[in-house]
Amino acid sequence: MKALVSVKRVVDYNVRIQVKSDGSGVVTDGVKHSMNPFDEIAMEEAVRLKEKGKVTEIVAVTIGGAKNEETLRTALAFGADRAIHVKEEGEVQPLTAAKAFAAVLKKEEAKLFLAGKQAIDDDANQTGQMVAALLDIAQATFASKVEIDGDKATVTREIDAGLETLEVDLPAVITTDLRLNEPRYLKLPDIMKAKKKPIEAVSFADLGVTPAAGLKTTKTVPPPARSKGIMVKTTDELVEALKSKGLL
Amino acid sequence: MSKILIVAEHAEGKLNGGVAKTVAAAKGVGGEIHVAVFAADAAAVAEQAAKLDGVTKVLAVNNAANANPVAAVLAPQIVEVASGGYTHVFVPGTTFGKDLAPRIAAKLDVQQVSDVMAVHGPNSFDRPIYAGNAITTVETPAGTVVATVRLASFQAVGAGGSASVETVSVGAAVPTHTRYVKLEAQKSERPDLQSAARVVSGGRALGSSENFKVIFDFADKIGAGVGASRAAVDSGYVPNDMQVGQTGKIIAPELYFAVGISGAIQHLAGIKDARTIVAINKDPEAPIFEVADIGLVGDLFQVVPELTGKV
Ligand SMILES: Cc1cc2nc3c(=O)[nH]c(=O)nc-3n(C[C@H](O)[C@H](O)[C@H](O)COP(=O)(O)OP(=O)(O)OC[C@H]3O[C@@H](n4cnc5c(N)ncnc54)[C@H](O)[C@@H]3O)c2cc1C
Repeated sequence: MKALVSVKRVVDYNVRIQVKSDGSGVVTDGVKHSMNPFDEIAMEEAVRLKEKGKVTEIVAVTIGGAKNEETLRTALAFGADRAIHVKEEGEVQPLTAAKAFAAVLKKEEAKLFLAGKQAIDDDANQTGQMVAALLDIAQATFASKVEIDGDKATVTREIDAGLETLEVDLPAVITTDLRLNEPRYLKLPDIMKAKKKPIEAVSFADLGVTPAAGLKTTKTVPPPARSKGIMVKTTDELVEALKSKGLL
Repeated sequence: MSKILIVAEHAEGKLNGGVAKTVAAAKGVGGEIHVAVFAADAAAVAEQAAKLDGVTKVLAVNNAANANPVAAVLAPQIVEVASGGYTHVFVPGTTFGKDLAPRIAAKLDVQQVSDVMAVHGPNSFDRPIYAGNAITTVETPAGTVVATVRLASFQAVGAGGSASVETVSVGAAVPTHTRYVKLEAQKSERPDLQSAARVVSGGRALGSSENFKVIFDFADKIGAGVGASRAAVDSGYVPNDMQVGQTGKIIAPELYFAVGISGAIQHLAGIKDARTIVAINKDPEAPIFEVADIGLVGDLFQVVPELTGKV
């Protein structure tokens, strides 16, 4: 069984985001980028499924400009067998990305599409669900446990009320939550090996994808600043401060 | 004029509190506001939805397949209803809504607006990106507007209304490829994290689930809900539904206590709308103090029991 894993290059989660003073966006030039943390979890899960003999081939796919090759190399170091680079410069919004992934999934005849539940740049949390919708296949989002049994998967999902279990027929889309696994630390030999693995470049045109009309961002601003707080020294002072604010 | 369809989230015959906040966001758009209830038997929930101020009609869709909320099953039915002249489909920004809305948007061939935090007009909204470290204003292109609503940004509407309830039949075929198996819900007598006026959260510093008792004791004394950082959940001290943050729950209590939590940006993303933040941490350099309204440097195992005794 073939698994397709989507990976996105994003500003590293440790970076303190700066908003440009002219309101045109956030500063992304010259800041550290890495693979979206949820996508690392998706990659790790694919590799574990392969180690368990449930998955036979892992294909990593990304959409973006030349720099995204780095992200694909990381995916290959995790253990993807090969990679597909959908080359598109500029912003690609979720529906358009989903159309491209759906086209790749179909072409590859993959049974499993693994993706992070959200990318930590736009925090949209849409793409996986959209891929499933476009192909009319099952989706199990926010997964914290995945078990594959023949042509079915049983997925435990982290939802507001607790843990929900779904059974889905394959092919299916599964999006990963934080507690699905802990991604492995990449070792140098794997990183070296990844350099030799094949990356196929394709375009939206090759995939027959026409970008969907996008949302237009008219302004980007920092969140309202919180006013400077006070420090107290004792619990008595804390109780006093809360009482004076009418909070206790 | 806008005609807005809100998908009701509900469980065990109760309308989710997020729906009243979603109605508040819809009121910012203006126009007609309809709430659709999909259930095996929608009557009880429909009645609750009909009371929400601003709702002009409730649509009850009864189908045995809707006994449990499964996005793949609900989406085709919602798309059919939405095709009846609706300009907007709004869904609460809960895990229910986040799972469901993109499935609707893709079927309607439109981009979705996630986490609407302010409404400027029928086609202009604010939404957070980068864990809330930037706020963007976006304009939607032509077509139906599909959005999830960031609940912490809106005050629930009142329940003094009396909209009409209409039972509608929906013909859309529903898929069988996704089957609900079970829900392991955490039963708690404590106030619900997402609507509690006071919340006390504990972090990695608690060290064990037994130690979390100091948090629970304090919370119970002041009638607070209890939350946690990701580190505390990952370590197994408390269940996943207590996680507060970018990828957990986004909350807006009057009073928030961050106890033994360092203040990572992903955690702060969940508490940006808290009115007053109190931080208790033994490290005076902890980033949480940069956002706290009141800070106390100290050992939580001494400070928190002391507080419990004093409030
Ligand atoms: C993609 C992604 C998503 C994430 N989403 C979330 C999220 O939704 N929510 C979330 O919370 N995190 C999230 N995180 C994790 C986040 O980055 C931090 O790792 C996490 O919040 C740290 O939890 P903590 O503050 O409990 O632990 P730590 O950072 O380890 O902090 C523990 C704190 O306790 C203090 N302390 C220790 N002992 C005591 C004591 N006896 N008394 C008082 N203070 C003490 C220490 O000084 C320290 O400040 C996410 C991370 C990633 C990469």
